[in-house]
Amino acid sequence: MKAQTNRLNPQPNEGAEETSPYIIELRQISHIYNEDSVFEKRAIDNVSLKIKAGEMVALIGHTGSGKSTLIQHLNALLKPSSGMVLINGKDIHTDKAKLKSIRQRVGLVFQYPEHQLFEAEVFKDVAFGPNQMGLTEEEVNTRVKSALEVVGLDESCYHKSPFELSGGQKRRAAIAGVLAMRPEILILDEPTAGLDPRGRDEILSQIKHMHTKLGLTIILVSHSMDDAARLTDRILVMNKGCIICDGTPIEVFAQGEMLKNIGLDVPQISSLMTCLHEKNSNLPTGIFSVEAAADAIMKLVRP
Amino acid sequence: MILGEKLTFEYAAYDETPPVLTLKGVDITVKAGEFIAILGHNGSGKSTLAKHLNALLVPAEGTLWIKGADTKDAENTWRIRQTVGMVFQNPDNQIIATIVEEDVAFGPENLGVKPTEIRKRVDESLAAVGMSEHSLAPPHHLSGGQKQRVAIAGVLAMHPECIVLDEPTAMLDPSGRREVMETITKLNRESGMTVILITHFMEEAAQADRILVMDDGVLVMNDIPRNIFRQAEAMQKLGLGVPGVTELAHELRRRGLDVADDVLTIEEFMSDKAIKSLL
Ligand SMILES: Nc1ncnc2c1ncn2[C@@H]1O[C@H](COP(=O)(O)OP(=O)(O)O)[C@@H](O)[C@H]1O
Ligand SMILES: Nc1ncnc2c1ncn2[C@@H]1O[C@H](COP(=O)(O)OP(=O)(O)O)[C@@H](O)[C@H]1O
Ligand SMILES: [Mg+2]
Ligand SMILES: [Mg+2]
Repeated sequence: MKAQTNRLNPQPNEGAEETSPYIIELRQISHIYNEDSVFEKRAIDNVSLKIKAGEMVALIGHTGSGKSTLIQHLNALLKPSSGMVLINGKDIHTDKAKLKSIRQRVGLVFQYPEHQLFEAEVFKDVAFGPNQMGLTEEEVNTRVKSALEVVGLDESCYHKSPFELSGGQKRRAAIAGVLAMRPEILILDEPTAGLDPRGRDEILSQIKHMHTKLGLTIILVSHSMDDAARLTDRILVMNKGCIICDGTPIEVFAQGEMLKNIGLDVPQISSLMTCLHEKNSNLPTGIFSVEAAADAIMKLVRP
Repeated sequence: MILGEKLTFEYAAYDETPPVLTLKGVDITVKAGEFIAILGHNGSGKSTLAKHLNALLVPAEGTLWIKGADTKDAENTWRIRQTVGMVFQNPDNQIIATIVEEDVAFGPENLGVKPTEIRKRVDESLAAVGMSEHSLAPPHHLSGGQKQRVAIAGVLAMHPECIVLDEPTAMLDPSGRREVMETITKLNRESGMTVILITHFMEEAAQADRILVMDDGVLVMNDIPRNIFRQAEAMQKLGLGVPGVTELAHELRRRGLDVADDVLTIEEFMSDKAIKSLL
């Protein structure tokens, strides 16, 4: 995929010369929790990975497979036990002073981020991050407004208490808090968990929008096979600290048995298409959306 | 088993937030042995209603009887909590002990059950959720789905007649969701346990005997899954949806194919007449 310009970040960061075609590169990283104790746990096992600017990637894997550990390496919240993490071609651990700028360039939205909303007003909450960056008040306000606009929260929400928002709106306010720091890379850890279907659709379409319109590089960690299939064109599958599969949704979901064996699944429409294909091989597999499935079935009716 | 008439409930005002009428005259009946799913957008009042069912909250107006006992009467609280067990969303907040079987024993211990009887209940409950072989494991070594099954076992050990699960699968991966759903349906079908499942997954609700739909504190639908999901547009307006295969069936109907409008599963879709004629 072609790298897109980032509208949230019109001027490239100083010093971030484009030496690498990859915005993110992991070179053989391992992470061991509680090393040399009885609780020693190898959570990441020799993972290498390259992601280009402007890609939208899903990361799936059962609970405990290492997803959260892996993504925390990308904004230097965790340091690998061995291996190297490069952002824009630079090892992020060579220069300590740069860590702050890394955290700003790589925005991480944790699971259930709305639990971390604490200001009395939505606007102030979103302003918290940029306020820490030493920007002028005017710049902070501009950023907060545009971030809230991106997640689809209008002025009527600015001075509401986060408590007055719906579940989906709260989550979007929390995402805006990270966006207001204007990251180049946005990582979301299960952004739709616990939301009702409308809240889920709203968040997903906002994420899609941030990708296509703002050119952000996005990593979506998800337990929803449907979300991964619908939203991204590359899926990474984690199991026991390793990336065991890296491909398009069609390639990944063609391996239904393997996915079930490691605690995952395939989207319901995709299972259905597999069943139909077994009965009539004119029906294709590798379909994930209702529209595409309807198109394929109607082709049999009116070829 | 459960009979509630015109239930209303309002959370007290706090800070500058005005009080919200969260239940607005809800009527609910649940028969012994039924499997009920409750759907509704975030904030529609599902958890508030659930907390009424084991007297964690009592209605401001209206009356709720659990096996004939009025939940407003404090003398009944103890018996009601024993009759109706609750399982919550977050598997990490529900397990307190450092060993699985101790956690399951916690409830019956509190009830003052004899040690020999506790042993028996713990073993039976862990077997019922398929966790016997992990009885001595520390809970933090378990997956999310396993932790939720331990939480369910903890409730079973109190010998309830009804179990209320408030979004028990929301934080789980696909295999965890499958494990929990299999456990719930087995308890209902094989042991006749009354089950009330709150969920945002339409495919899970499709497995229930009956679905209740909440919208802003009002119970707006109450029917079998087939009749609920037939109303795809109404569900969408409520911020909800229908199972993927049902949505596909509706889309095909829109395009002129005569598929039934109430298919709920892949199996039903495959055996639909219009689909079969194409295969
Ligand atoms: N802070 C920690 N200390 C020790 N072990 C941990 C810690 N965080 C995670 N782990 C372990 O590392 C493994 C990977 O966990 P995690 O990255 O959270 O997986 P996921 O996000 O895929 O559920 C698990 O076995 C987990 O128990
Ligand atoms: N402890 C509380 N104090 C005040 N208001 C609450 C409390 N819990 C829930 N509410 C409000 O009651 C309404 C219904 O909430 P809830 O029953 O949790 O809905 P659901 O479980 O369907 O998401 C919401 O508007 C919510 O903000
Ligand atoms: Mg995680
Ligand atoms: Mg709730």
